[in-house]
Amino acid sequence: MKKWLGLGLTAMAIVAALAAPWLTTHDPLLADFVASLKPPGTPGHPLGTDQLGRDLLARVLHGARLALFIGVCTVLATAVVGGLLGLLAGFVERWPSAVLMRIADVQLSFPFILLALTINAIVGLGLRNIILSLSAAGWVVYARVVRGEVLSVKQRDFVQAAAALGVGRARLLFRHVLPNVAPSIIVVASLQFSQFIVAEAAISFLGFGVQPPTPAWGSMLSESRDYLYVAWWLAAFPGAALALTALGVNLLGDWLRDTLDPKLRV
Amino acid sequence: MRRYVASRLAQAVMVVLLSLTAVFGMVRLGGDPVLLFLPMDIQAKDVNAIRQQLGFNDPLLVQYARFMRGAVQGDFGQSLRYRRDALGLVLERLPATLTLAATSIALTLLVAVPLGLLTAVRRDTMVDHVGTIAMVLGQATPGFWLGLMLIYLFAVHLRWLPTGGTGSLAHLVMPSVVLAAFFSARVARLTRSAVLDVLGEEYVKTARAKGLTEGRVIGKHTLRNAAIPIVTLAGLEAGQLLGGAVVTETIFAWPGLGRLTVQALLNRDFPVVMAAVSFTSIVYTLMNLAVDLAYGWLDPRVRFRA
Repeated sequence: MKKWLGLGLTAMAIVAALAAPWLTTHDPLLADFVASLKPPGTPGHPLGTDQLGRDLLARVLHGARLALFIGVCTVLATAVVGGLLGLLAGFVERWPSAVLMRIADVQLSFPFILLALTINAIVGLGLRNIILSLSAAGWVVYARVVRGEVLSVKQRDFVQAAAALGVGRARLLFRHVLPNVAPSIIVVASLQFSQFIVAEAAISFLGFGVQPPTPAWGSMLSESRDYLYVAWWLAAFPGAALALTALGVNLLGDWLRDTLDPKLRV
Repeated sequence: MRRYVASRLAQAVMVVLLSLTAVFGMVRLGGDPVLLFLPMDIQAKDVNAIRQQLGFNDPLLVQYARFMRGAVQGDFGQSLRYRRDALGLVLERLPATLTLAATSIALTLLVAVPLGLLTAVRRDTMVDHVGTIAMVLGQATPGFWLGLMLIYLFAVHLRWLPTGGTGSLAHLVMPSVVLAAFFSARVARLTRSAVLDVLGEEYVKTARAKGLTEGRVIGKHTLRNAAIPIVTLAGLEAGQLLGGAVVTETIFAWPGLGRLTVQALLNRDFPVVMAAVSFTSIVYTLMNLAVDLAYGWLDPRVRFRA
């Protein structure tokens, strides 16, 4: 059940993101003041229109594009950076490990959303900077998980045996240790993905991150607050899209965790 | 036990000092805070005068030393916007944040622990399925969206509750429900899995075998042993809440720490940003410490190992 619901919702989000230009003929940025604030079900605008008369369906679909793009970029960046640092710290131990753990302690002494928000306010707005801020705030989770895993995999007989046979350090690390750590990286990535897209929406909602008129779910929700009395659909649909995407990815992540790595059960 | 407490305390002090350094580094990384704060049409000589006055012309190391010296004494400088002590502004917002945090934590524990326990004990029944779905939904629903929908339903449509602000008990309802919804989902899930783990243990079977009532088996043997992960998570969430719920406070115009932080970030009022973020980080670290010390109390094994 978990698996199919998760797969279904995630697939829906992916289809919406990839096929957005073909699923709707409307331009998400094109204003049409005559048709502003039309309710859902208006001919030609199945989800209605916003305060500038832009088609809401087109904006929600293009929002999926942006959300998934940000999610994928952030997860890749954090997995690669955090993963490599974690590998290094776990493999070499000594000072890299100590330094990494202190950095992790410090980062984890700030709530994730506050850290990402503050970094974003400082580095500046826009798509590239929101990806940067989320990655800077999120990599530490991988580093910790991977380091812990490497420390235990290193002790296993096949790694010891490979080392005894004279296998080089780089080959030992990437050929023997990394493949055994990979499942945890995948599981953490899937669980982080929804956290990232929700955090992006929250940050854009607060007025940082992705700016209007770009159709991001968070900034759409933020704009919808001014029209809550007259147009509930402006808040309902982008939020529902976000919640369903987050739900789908979460379920998928849960299922992956149960299948790949029952140890990680939180 | 005493050595354990001492070593954890030393570690916490270390983390706080490093976090203050990180706050300083973050704000200085963003380039010149003075330029960002001042209006665009200001004269270059005025910019320099203000930089001089705020000490931004000094070498970075001097500025760092000054910041750290001030910070450990609770002096983060004056707010650029309000011309008042930055930490004072932060502390002024504390009662509102504490009220909200306490209400939502109480709500979370009242709902989540019984729900988690119930779904675990009645595993694979209808109760479990419905409860589990509610938990998954609660966790996936972004708080700010839930907030907007509640405002629409209860403030705009039904007119039962105010849309935001503070003053009466009615103002507290929606923000605390929104915060509690997310945390309850997490705490309930964790309670469920922790209780399920413990229910499989030999000592629970023993307790049943020697004829204890189900109430005693659950209350005394199961819940107490499942408490550690629950206390950990609840403590960490409490730490997050005490730092102010940035998003929820903003939606409901709740005059707490989170909203102050967002406003200070929007206004580029960096002394207030530094004070608020440092304060949050310190509270969070202290909550972590409290959780760790609670382990020692809940689980004697931790005490003896240390």
